[in-house]
Amino acid sequence: MTVAWYLVVSALIFCVGAAGVLVRRSPLVILLCLELMLNAGNLALIAFSRMTGTGDGQIFAIIVMVVAACEVVVGLGIIVALYRRRLPIDVDQLRRLHG
Amino acid sequence: MSPTTWAWICLALPLAGCLFNAFVGRHLPGERTAGWIGTLAIGLSFVAAVGAFVALMGHSPDDRTFTSTAWDYADSVGVNAKLTILIDPLSVYMMLVVSGVSALIHLYSCVYVWKDRGFVRYFAYLNFFVFSMLLLVMAGNFVPLIIGWAFVGAASYMLISFWFRRTTATRAGIKAFVINVIGDVGLVLGTYFIVFRGSGSLDFLDTFKHVQAAFPPNDSDLVAGCILLLVGAFAKSAQVPLHTWLPDAMEGPTPVSALIHAATMVTAGVYLIARMHPLFEDATAAADVGTVVGCATLVIAATIALSQTDIKRVIAYSTMSQIGYMIMAVSASAYAAGLFHLFTHAFFKALLFMAAGSIIGAMGGEQSLDKMGGFRRALPFTFACFLAGGLALSAFPLFSGYFSKDDILALIGGEGGWHWILYVLGYLGAFLTALYTFRMIFRAFLGPECKEARELRETGHIAHHEHPFNPETYEEEDTDVGFPGPGHYIAEQQWPMKVAMGTLAIGAIFGGLIQVPFVDDLVNVYLRPDFVNDPTYEKVINGPSDGLVIFGLILSAVIAIGGIALAYVIWVRRPSIAVAFRERFRPLYELSFHKWWFDELYDAVFVRPGATVGRWASNVFERVVIDGLVNGTVSVVRAGSSVVRGAQDGFLRVYAALLLLGLALVALWFLLQST
Amino acid sequence: MEDVLFFIAAIGAVVGAIGVIALRNPFYSVLALVSHLLSLALLFLLLEAQFVAAAQIVVYAGAVMVLYVFVVSYVGGQGEPLASIGPGLGGVGLVLCIGLFVELSIAILGSGLHAIDTDGAKLGPGFGTPGQIGQLLLTKFLFPFEIASFLLLVAAVGAVVLARRRRGIDAPDEPLPPRDRLELTAAEVMRIPRAGSQAESIGLGQEEKEEQGGW
Repeated sequence: MTVAWYLVVSALIFCVGAAGVLVRRSPLVILLCLELMLNAGNLALIAFSRMTGTGDGQIFAIIVMVVAACEVVVGLGIIVALYRRRLPIDVDQLRRLHG
Repeated sequence: MSPTTWAWICLALPLAGCLFNAFVGRHLPGERTAGWIGTLAIGLSFVAAVGAFVALMGHSPDDRTFTSTAWDYADSVGVNAKLTILIDPLSVYMMLVVSGVSALIHLYSCVYVWKDRGFVRYFAYLNFFVFSMLLLVMAGNFVPLIIGWAFVGAASYMLISFWFRRTTATRAGIKAFVINVIGDVGLVLGTYFIVFRGSGSLDFLDTFKHVQAAFPPNDSDLVAGCILLLVGAFAKSAQVPLHTWLPDAMEGPTPVSALIHAATMVTAGVYLIARMHPLFEDATAAADVGTVVGCATLVIAATIALSQTDIKRVIAYSTMSQIGYMIMAVSASAYAAGLFHLFTHAFFKALLFMAAGSIIGAMGGEQSLDKMGGFRRALPFTFACFLAGGLALSAFPLFSGYFSKDDILALIGGEGGWHWILYVLGYLGAFLTALYTFRMIFRAFLGPECKEARELRETGHIAHHEHPFNPETYEEEDTDVGFPGPGHYIAEQQWPMKVAMGTLAIGAIFGGLIQVPFVDDLVNVYLRPDFVNDPTYEKVINGPSDGLVIFGLILSAVIAIGGIALAYVIWVRRPSIAVAFRERFRPLYELSFHKWWFDELYDAVFVRPGATVGRWASNVFERVVIDGLVNGTVSVVRAGSSVVRGAQDGFLRVYAALLLLGLALVALWFLLQST
Repeated sequence: MEDVLFFIAAIGAVVGAIGVIALRNPFYSVLALVSHLLSLALLFLLLEAQFVAAAQIVVYAGAVMVLYVFVVSYVGGQGEPLASIGPGLGGVGLVLCIGLFVELSIAILGSGLHAIDTDGAKLGPGFGTPGQIGQLLLTKFLFPFEIASFLLLVAAVGAVVLARRRRGIDAPDEPLPPRDRLELTAAEVMRIPRAGSQAESIGLGQEEKEEQGGW
């Protein structure tokens, strides 16, 4: 399959992840959808790496994975802290920071 | 020491006294130390003025012009503004008069404002005034002249509204200041016309040297400039039509009236015209305006003084009238005569005010002639002073006013032509002067004793009113800061008042002897170096024939004695005549009593429309336009920002949606770009 | 063969993704994501990225997802009904994302980048092997490599800070605020009990003291 197919799949996964962020209310699931979007980006990177024949895209993808891991760690830490405080785990109810 | 060094010392001492009293005066030990320090400052200033006089006399008459520059303010845009003083016979003459009379008035004031809460402030202000007046008379170019001019106006304002909780006083201060500012504007505009359209230099000596070259005679620029200078002089010297502030200025303490509104500040206009004489020589049209206005004022003021009942206001209108004489004289090129009258007038007018202060003290603050009577035996010294001053004012033979007023009228008559009208009006004014002066003296001192006089004569106690009151409106006051203090003093009991008044009385009686016709001519001789290049002056001095002079002397004597006699008849012998006269000539009486309705005229023409415009500006323009603009801008910004704030509602998913929307739009844009 | 594998992996990935967003129970969402990750690893293999595929399975599916599972089990997997969506965002969100997908597809398929329509460049030997990755990491991309490790350290410290008990291990809990409080301030999240709020530190906090919360 040509590289374009992989890119279309990547776009599809990205949009599914974006829809998930907009639709779901639990911060846990929203983080999962963020992971989806990151993975879509990874797929695109690997596809382009294959297209150009250099390994740069793969390095980039590894670094993205590292960043995703860090982000997940911090995000889950926040969710744990929320839970400990007996606050609702629901992004629609966590809206005190508004203008 | 050179004259200018003496002059700088003379100028610096009052300023030092003012600053000292202002900052340290309140912490000095003793009750009246600030007053003594203020008096000492002016006394030493007078000594320095005498030193300058002596130093000046040490030079030959042709060499009596000295200038000295302290520093240069600025030298740009064609203007070189320096702080220069000019010491010549004229300025030393004025310095002596100002510092001498001021020293005596300071001495008098040490008693007059003794128990007043504002004692220290008073002396600071008074010293500041003397400093400003000295700066004005010593000015060597237009810059310190204008500065001194403005400062004396400010000092006058501060002192008129000295008792600042008294509404009449503050209103009078504002009125004086506003009219003074009109004069200031005239002075500055006059300077513009003369300097910037003519001589190009701010310096007096330079300007005078070049005036002949710069302007042809009666050139319109020069005449305009001189008339504007006259506006300044009239405002400061309370001539018609800018005179309405002077009677109201009597709201200030009596020594203030003596100093500022009799002897010094109001003479600044006379000094200005004398100093600018080369300009006025060249612009004879302006000089004629001055002459006519001076004459008109002297007559109008004399008629008004006949009907006033407040003793200080009678003396105020008398001042206005006498200054009319001086303005008339200096405008008609009789400079030495006008300045001689300034000198004698300073003595007898300050004396009259001080004596009035004494009798007002005896009345416990009451100022109305209607309530006074028969103080002759209770206040003998004050009566003697009133007599001395009154006789000098009425030009009674051999008193100082006799010689000075006569000098003026003889020289004016000697000019001939239409000046004869001024001559006649001058003598009419002299008759009225004798009349109203002795009306005042007889009503206050002769006749049946009022109860305050009896109490004073019998017990030696000064009348004391339970509740202090405003002598104008009889509103109740208190004696705290901002109102007069509780003390009332009379000269008989206080030595500083006696010393001051006595010195002035001697001057009022004998001061005229320095310029007796056919005997000596000291003022003329002394001031001649100033006016020596003036052809008109020479002509005027030699104008009157001997016969005219002798005729004038006799006429003066007759008029003075006649006026005093008539006053005696009307107000001592048969008071009913006055009442009958008033009823017969009701319109004339009303005209005089309402001060020729100038106040009402100005109120209708200037004050009310001004107030209306102000109210409109405040209510309509300010509130609707300006506030509307400012608040409107605020509202618009607030509305805009609250619209924008709506986007920050705290919902995470809305933010994410907006992000994605933005991303989609950016991608769309790039997509469209690439096609 | 390759094409078949591609389709299997692609469909698996998409199904997994849809499962993540559609399943109500967070446990099931996590599992769907794991399957998605495995499909993605297969896609990576098809693209000759061997190391990245292995890293995907080991790191992502193996470690990050396990972490997720821990947290989901701690927090409790109460699902929420999809229908009770906040300010009317569900339909709009879907439409927006469909639109985005269409747009991206147009961009990709209509792109002037002709290399997309090929199978890719000619590959040298060792493309995608750990050896090549290692060489690149330690030469050309040394700086990002070091920064990434630093980032991991920061994340670890951050996680500890966020989730710790406030007063040491053997301190008793303070009474917690009720669970159904509707609003949360940043100050409350970050509050250190017995240390006062910032307002108190400047002398203003007395009237603002609410019940001390949590840890």
